[in-house]
Order: sequence, then structure tokens, then C-alpha cells
Amino acid sequence: MGHRTPLYEQHIKAGARMVDFGGWDMPLHYGSQIAEHHAVRTAAGIFDVSHMRAVDIRGPDARPFLRYMLANDVAKLAVPGKALYGCLLNEQGGILDDLLTYFVAPDWYRLVVNAGPAQQDIAWLRRHVASWAVEITPRPDLAMIAVQGPRAYTLAHGVLEPDTHAALLQLKPFSAVLSGDLFVARTGYTGEEGFEILLAAERAPALWEAFVRHGVVPAGLGARDTLRLEAGMNLYGRDMDATVSPLEAGLAWTVSLTPERDFLGREALLALRERGVALRLTGLLLAGPGVLRAGQEVRGAWGEGVVTSGTFSPSLAHGIGFVRVPQAAPDGALCEVVGRSGQGNPARLVAPPFVRNGRALID
Amino acid sequence: MSKVPAELRYTKSHEWVRAAGDGFVVGITDHAQDLMGDMVFVELPKTGTRLVAGKECAVVESVKAASDIYAPFSGEVTEINAALAQAPETLNSDPYGAGWLFKMGGVEGQALEGLLDAAGYEALLAQET
Repeated sequence: MGHRTPLYEQHIKAGARMVDFGGWDMPLHYGSQIAEHHAVRTAAGIFDVSHMRAVDIRGPDARPFLRYMLANDVAKLAVPGKALYGCLLNEQGGILDDLLTYFVAPDWYRLVVNAGPAQQDIAWLRRHVASWAVEITPRPDLAMIAVQGPRAYTLAHGVLEPDTHAALLQLKPFSAVLSGDLFVARTGYTGEEGFEILLAAERAPALWEAFVRHGVVPAGLGARDTLRLEAGMNLYGRDMDATVSPLEAGLAWTVSLTPERDFLGREALLALRERGVALRLTGLLLAGPGVLRAGQEVRGAWGEGVVTSGTFSPSLAHGIGFVRVPQAAPDGALCEVVGRSGQGNPARLVAPPFVRNGRALID
Repeated sequence: MSKVPAELRYTKSHEWVRAAGDGFVVGITDHAQDLMGDMVFVELPKTGTRLVAGKECAVVESVKAASDIYAPFSGEVTEINAALAQAPETLNSDPYGAGWLFKMGGVEGQALEGLLDAAGYEALLAQET
């Protein structure tokens, strides 16, 4: 048996098919992951993401410590409430995890890391505290709920306290606010409008049930995966891990290589850039019917690649995925995906995202 | 609990068989569709194909996985459920009815005897879980 989130009972009651994810018993779907996917693209869905771990970094050195620990620069967070996406790297420039950093107050940042690597991340951060005046506090006492979809804000009216709902409506993308004892952020992993709420674990079931009563559809990890793939967002452990750098994972935009800031992994990334980054991650669209699967080989005039994440896109009704290819392989190039019986299925490299805000971006 | 209609015969690889006229209808069981989740793609043999008992003859794919379908016995494909190409989700909603895969003819008279009856298939499911 894996760890259970504070919403485990709600999942069981709703008839969820539970699966192991990063050591946690999580809902895969509540009947149909495709219906849940469409609910998020056209209305609103609610996800239990309590398996992800909030970690508070507090103290006078919180900012310089995180500037050293993360490949993206938290100095970009100009005002409290702003959030930043980026990677935690090892000295070789390999990705230990990808995470969100919320700027709560000048001496308080909140990280949200993935379930699988969470314990390692925390140990890694602690190992590098050295003389920084920071306190690292994992927050297993917090649950996390994501409400996503074009109707997320409308349906939240009547669920959230009026003050909190008003604060939510004021939030800019990639910002958060503490409202009462809710930490509400306009972030997500679906490519749709929506928000995520961190709150005391014991309060999560009532809030979850209130959203569901107001018409927000429970959605599982299956829909979360197809939504994030369509939205062009990487999954840690699939599209990247400690053996690849952000430069080979489509995440160069999250690396801040300004001359004045040193950070863990910087030397390795500079050396890699000097040598030339041989590989890159891009999107793959299957031309005919079928589904793409992680591990499938891809061949083109440009060379060979491997599918890192693959699925069937409910929005496009095509097999889609991410593929790691030689740097010079151009988006738009035709290729073949090696099928189960060795046959070549026609496909095409495409620049992700595939879908954003309910709209297909690929023809 | 998965549905296991009493009047059907079953394979250990989760296909079902129904006698119909002088032929047989083949599909996948409720248990199989439930395990696989939302179906998104079905690849069926061509009408007229000679199938060999126990050999793969079709593929069903869900969002989660691809799975081979095995011929329950040797014979010839006489008809396929072409509607599945446009509506693979029928395999989820009606696995024993509108979600049938193909029909077979030219099957040996004793062929059904090699298959499980409903009680035998239920026992198999009980072992698997």
C-alpha cells in the first residue's frame, strides 16, 4: 500500500481506479479519463495533487540560497505573490526535479516539488544549506487541489469565501495569494485557465466536495497526463531526469545563465553549451490512427530519436508525444515511428504545445 | 464486478465468443475493457483472413496500453465491426453488444469445447485479482 492523500476517501467514494504514482495511491480516472480530459478543456475539472510536496524555505538568506540552488533565478520574482518555474540540478547539470517557486515574502519562499523525488530534493537542499541562514520545512500537513478549465473561476464562485474569490479574480498568471488559511495560485498543468490551492490537509475533503457539488468534475492522473502533454509540459521521470540537462529537455528558457550568478550545475551547463548541445526535446504527431508510447523509436532523414512521453490526444484525436532528437532535426520534418511489429508509421515533428486554452495549435 | 454473461464462451486471454447461426461472434470481455480504460483505436483483420487459433489477429489500444487480440480458434473472418473505427469507445460502453470485433466462419464443430464457460472464466478472474 502506498501513501494516501487526505482525499483518498473521496476518490474511493467516487469510484476511482487507484494506481501507484511515486509511492502514492492516486486516482487514475473515475470512469473515463477522456471524458475528464474534455471536462477540463470545455468546463472545469478538479485534481488531487496532494502527493506533490510543498517545502517552505524561510530565513534571511532564503533568496540567496535559492539563487544558488535553482537553475532559474528567483531574483526575477520582483514582488511577493509571483511564481517561477525551473529546475533543481546536480553538479553535472542533470535535472533532479522540476518545481514551482512561490515568492511569499522576502524571507519566505514556497517550493512545490514532485512526489517521487521529494525526499531526495529535501535531502539535497539540506545538504547545501551550509552557512546560509535558512530553515527548510517540508509541509506534509498541506493538501493541494488543482481546479482547471475555462469555467474554473465561475464555478469557484459560491465555493470559495467571497474575499478569497475576489482575490483569485485579481490574480495575474503565475501569481499566488494567501487568503485566510488558503494559499491560492493561478498556476496549473493543463494549458487551461485555473488555479491551485494549498490548504490544511483536514480541510481538503470539505473543499473538494464543495467544488464537486458546484459542478467541477473530478479528474485523475490519466487526464492530467493527456492534458499536460497537449499543453507541451514535461513530466519529471519521463521527459527528463538526472541524466539530461534542461538544455536537452526543452527547458533552456528556465535556465538563467547571467554572468553574475553562480548556481549548482552552472559550470556543467556552460561546458555543455560550449561543446554543443547534441539533443533536444520536441513534439511528435502521428499522421494515421494509433497511439504513441514512451520508448518508441523514431527515424527521419534527420537521424533517429526516442519517444519520451506518448499518448492519444483526446482534443486532436491523434497520437501525440514528445521525442528526443538530434539538435538539427527541424520541426515540421516528416519521420516514421517504429510500430509494434516493426512497421514504420508516418509522423511529423512539431513544436509543442499541441493545445492551449481549448484551441488546437497543430493542424 | 465485471459482467460475465452466462451464455458466452471465453478465452484465457479475455476474448468472448458467441455462437450465431453457423458462425461465431468475437469480442473482448467487460473485465478486459475495464482494465484497459478508454479505447481509442481498434485494428481489425480483413474479411476473408484465415485466423489460426491462439495467434494474434487484431489490436485494441486504449489511452493506457495496446493489447493484442488472439483468435479463439482457427477459421475465417466473415465480417468485421467497421463502426469501431469511428467509435472505439463502444468497446467500453457495450463490450458484449455493439462493441463486438469480428465474426468467424468455417470453424471446426468441436472448437467451442476448448474454451472456458462463464464459471470457468469467473474462476480465472478470481485468480487474477
